[in-house]
Order: sequence, then structure tokens, then C-alpha cells
Amino acid sequence: MIYKETGQYKSSYKSDHAIFPLIQDKIAFSTLMLIAFLVIPFVIDSYWEKAILVPFLIFSLAAIGLNILTGYCGQVSLGTGGFMAVGAFSTYKIMTSFPDLNIMIIVLISGLITAAVGILFGLPSLRIKGFYLAVATLASQFFLVWLFNKVPWFYNYSDTGQITVSERVMFGVPVTGATAPPYATYLFCLVLVVALGFAAKNLIRSKTGRSWMAIRDMDIAAEIIGVPPLKTKLTAFAISSFYIGVAGALYFAVFLGAIEVTESFDIMTISFPVLFMIIIGGLGSMLGSFLGAAFIVTLPIGLKFIMVDMVGLSAVTAKHFEISIWGLLMIVFLIVEPHGLARLWSIAKEKLRRWPFPY
Amino acid sequence: MSVDLLNFIETVLNGLMSGVMYSLVALGFVLIFKASGVFNFAQGVFALFAALTLVGYQTGQVPFAHLINELFGTNYHHWYASMPNFLAIILTMITMIALAWIIERLVLKHLVNQDPIILFMATIGLAFVLEGVGDLMWGSNVKVLDVGIPSGGSEWLEQATIGLAAEGSDYYGMYIDVLNVWATVIAVILVISLAIFSQYTKTGRALRAVADDHQAALSVGISLRSIWVLVWAISGFIAMVAGIMWGAESGVQFSLSLIALKALPVLILGGFTSIPGAIIGGLLIGVGEKLAEIYIGGYFETGALENWFAYVMALVFLLFRPQGLFGDKIIERV
Repeated sequence: MIYKETGQYKSSYKSDHAIFPLIQDKIAFSTLMLIAFLVIPFVIDSYWEKAILVPFLIFSLAAIGLNILTGYCGQVSLGTGGFMAVGAFSTYKIMTSFPDLNIMIIVLISGLITAAVGILFGLPSLRIKGFYLAVATLASQFFLVWLFNKVPWFYNYSDTGQITVSERVMFGVPVTGATAPPYATYLFCLVLVVALGFAAKNLIRSKTGRSWMAIRDMDIAAEIIGVPPLKTKLTAFAISSFYIGVAGALYFAVFLGAIEVTESFDIMTISFPVLFMIIIGGLGSMLGSFLGAAFIVTLPIGLKFIMVDMVGLSAVTAKHFEISIWGLLMIVFLIVEPHGLARLWSIAKEKLRRWPFPY
Repeated sequence: MSVDLLNFIETVLNGLMSGVMYSLVALGFVLIFKASGVFNFAQGVFALFAALTLVGYQTGQVPFAHLINELFGTNYHHWYASMPNFLAIILTMITMIALAWIIERLVLKHLVNQDPIILFMATIGLAFVLEGVGDLMWGSNVKVLDVGIPSGGSEWLEQATIGLAAEGSDYYGMYIDVLNVWATVIAVILVISLAIFSQYTKTGRALRAVADDHQAALSVGISLRSIWVLVWAISGFIAMVAGIMWGAESGVQFSLSLIALKALPVLILGGFTSIPGAIIGGLLIGVGEKLAEIYIGGYFETGALENWFAYVMALVFLLFRPQGLFGDKIIERV
């Protein structure tokens, strides 16, 4: 009874095409946005910012990016870490070369640069498919990380090979660097995530998105009905890399502040976790990207709390447990619910519709 | 002979030997992929797990010692001081077979008829589980694995080749690690025995039948599930051999599981479905990598091409032959 669509008529094309056609969805989403924009900035503290909210927002962006490529266009990619590194290092280079440029513009340009790199590494996808492609994307991961590690130009010849962010201001408030207040970094990420999230959602509902899905479902058939595989696959790579690049830029500039490429963008710390996010969240679902990111970001914190604080294991042992539990969860999800948390949510909605009646 | 030529030969030889190591890992991938269509990402972690278990048995570690000690405040470490290598290897083999059985029971059985990509991701999950469990069971410190294989440079070869260079040139002979020679010998024995097994035994023929056509194999009364357990057990065995070799070379530690990532380009080069492909692909990548390191790496100052060179080599190759060297021709139907 809570979630019934009875009586909600669509009388124009506009209302038929709405992102949230149901009034309940609209209310829920608006409330969420109100809380996110008007409540959280006032109550956020440094722990919530650094441990949960900012990583959640950044990884949501990365998950949306990978979901566009893997979930919607069907091209499995294991190179997320490499592309995030491109975003981070372009941010650094632009930041140090143009000291007066606005940070928002820097982040978006970094995204565009990553998109260009993505197109380059997406080229093999025209010839190879499936596992072969998944392995080929690993090439981008290893090559890019090697490049940023070994070519000193990228880290401005610093001795440690680290790159460090400098302070940047938006509307008089610093959003990057050590002095940035929690609410500023949070709002900066939130604005980007909401804007880019809406853009992605609309892109997926457009012709471009439909052609991605056609390629995913059966590429040869799609080609026969007139979907150009070259253009479709490369746009998917470009847009996906754009999102991942922006996520990488934020990861460096807003979240970590200083990074070392081999550690921060390793296949184990970025590429696989982001892949987990979209599997656990739901392949081919926007909501799933967010749910998956929330799940993966909070899981280690929750596990650490249970195992270190409650049971009293040492941090190392807890870490090993965490790795096994990640793997276990992945297998369980694939067996029980291959469509992820997003499907669970739609089942819940189905239940809510007829609740409290059994049929 | 000129020094350059001798150096070239030395590089190629060393490349071939490290290629054998890659082939060993790739072989495990190919076997599973052929028989069950699963691209087993966990193969590298298999090798790590086997090596960890072997060291654990050898030195008599108590499994899960850290966990038990932390939970109950006890102080267990070792059952016994040492165990003969032979016995430890047999026990490890039994463990790997048990592992194969458990994986079939708990994971594969429930994922029959799923998309290959779902199965692939499940094996990534499996890799994480095994890595975590392996560390929990045996601890994550770097361990020394010694099963009595000699290592170090071969002095005999050094002496034999020192005279080949022209008079008066600074040439100190070729350097080849004895361990690699042993690895090569063992790999050759392994491949030959696998070939004999699959050609001349009943189980071996059943295995090939399953690889060719699941349904036809089922219809003549071959039990798919027992074949899968068998295949995973054989892969576990190969992983153990690879684990012993790599572990003896660089110690048993987490990075051992990354050899799987090293073996992937071998796989795309040789084709996912071909055993000779895995071997020749491995050798090609091994030689290519070593040659690139020496002849191209010099131009970059920074070196360490090894991390990605194999991938780029495989990638370029794929652009011309998408199914790899010996892979089955990809036929697509709508």
C-alpha cells in the first residue's frame, strides 16, 4: 500500500519521460537531496568526511564510470586504477602549470584528458571481446601506473615521486589542501556527483545509452540493425573514462591530498574494489553504483569495528578476514543474486506495493 | 664469437627459462578453461596457497595459529619441527584435491549455466577468499621454501662459455640459475606426463571429451562433475609445482599470487584453449621480455619494462590474431 502507482496518470510526454515517474520516488529523492545539501554540511565532522562520505561520493563516480562500460556496454575492464591515475596526474600537472585556474575546471579538464586516454585504450575492444578484452585492459593498468611511476615529468621531478595537492579556493573557501573544512570538500564532491549522476542517467536513457545496451546484449545483431560498433564502443570507453578520471582527480585532490602512484592506484586497491562495487551493487544500474559504493566503503569500517574493537583481533588478522569476507560476499552475491543490491531494492519495492496484503 | 652475440644467447636462454615458469601457470588456466569454460583468475592464488601450505606442513605450523592465539590468548605455534619434503608434498597435493572438491561443491555447482563473465568474477572472489584464508592459516610473513632444489649460478656453464669469446675481451661467461634449469626439466616432465595421461588413460580421454563437447560427453555417460573436480585438482597440482618453483626463487609471499597476472598475456598470446599455445606463448613472452629489458629498456633510463611489456606484446599480437596463436577459431552466430 505504501508504494502504489494506482491513480498516478501520465498526461504528457514530459511526465512519461520523467526520471522518477512515481510521486513516492520523487518525494524520497527530494528528501535525500535536501538532507544531503542542507543537513549533512552542517553536522559533518572530519571523521565522517574522511572515512565515509567523501570516499563514498568519489567511488560512486568511479562505479558509475565502470558501470557505463561494463554494465551498460558489456566491455569488462580491469583498468580502473590506471584511468583514475590519469585523472589524478592530469589534475596535478594542470594545477602546477596554471596556478590561477579554478579547481572545478581543473577537475573537469582532467576528466576530458582521461577520456582521450580511454579512447586510446578502448581501441582493442573493436577487435577483441570478453576475456581477451578484460586481460587487454590490464595492459592499460600496468602501463599507466608504470608511466606515472617512472617518467619524472609527471611528478615534476620531485625526489619522492609523490604528488601533493596545493590549496585551491572556491567561493572563498578552500576545497583542497590540508586546511579545507569538511563541509567544503563534501559539498564540492556532492555537487559533482549529483550533476554527473544526472548526466549519466539521462545519457543512458538516450539513443547513446540504448546503443550501448544493444552492443552489450548481442554485438553482431546490434551491428546488423545499424548500431555502429566503432562509435558506440569508443563513446562508452570515453564517457566511462571521463567519470573515472574525475573520480581519480577528486581522489587525489580532495580526498588524499598526496599520493604515490603504485600504492594508491594499485589493481588491488582500486580496480578490483570498483569492480566489486558494480557487481554487488548491480551491473547496469545507476542505483546499483551508489549502493555498491556505499557497501564497499562501509564494509571495511564495519568489519574492523566488529573484529578489532569487539572481538579483539589484531589489525593484521582482521585485514585477512576482511579479504576473505570480500571474496565470500562476491561469490555469495553472484550465486544468490547476480543482479546485485539494485535487484534486491526492486524486489523490496514490489513487496512494498502490496504490503500488508500477501497478494 | 663476439661478446654481443654471447650476451644475446645468454639473454635468450634466460628468457626461455623464465618463460617456462610463465607456461607452468598458464597451463593451469588452459586446463580449467578447456574443461569447464571457466577462466580461473584464482590460479595464481592457487599457487600461493599451495606454496604456503607446503611450507606450513614442512615446518609443522599450526593452522590458524594467529587467530586461535588472539582469540583465546593461547600460544600455539608448531606441532613438530620438520617433515620430510616428500611427505609434505603429498599432503599438499591431498589438500589441493580437497580444495578442488570443495570449490566444485560450494561454488561451481551453483553457477552452472551462468554467463562466463559471472563465473570469471566468481573466481576473482575465490582468489580473495583463498588469499585471506591462506594468510589466516599460515600467517602473512615471507617464508623460505626449500625443497632441496639447488639454486644459484651454474659454475660449469660459466667456465664452459668463458672460452668462447674472442681473446682479450672482457667476458665472464654466461650466468644461468640452476633453479631455472630444474624448473624447465620438471615442466617438461609435467607436460609429457599430462600428454600421456590425456592420450592413453580412460579418465584422460573422458577429460578431453568434456573439453570438446559438454553435452556429448554427458550423453555417453561421463560424469561432468567428477571431471570438473579432477580438472581443478590437476590445476591445483600444477599450481603447486609453479608455487614451489616461484616460491623457491623469491620466497613465499603475497606477491606470488601476482604471477597469475604475469601469465595472462601468455594466455592471450597462446590462446585460451591450447596447451601447446600456453607453452609456446610462455616461451615467447619470456624471451620477449628479457630482450626488451636489455635492448629497449636502455632507452628509457628508468627500466622496469617487465611490468607491462608482455601485455603490450600480447595486445599488438591480438590485433592481428584475435584468437591467439593456437586458439580455436572464433565463430560467431546470431
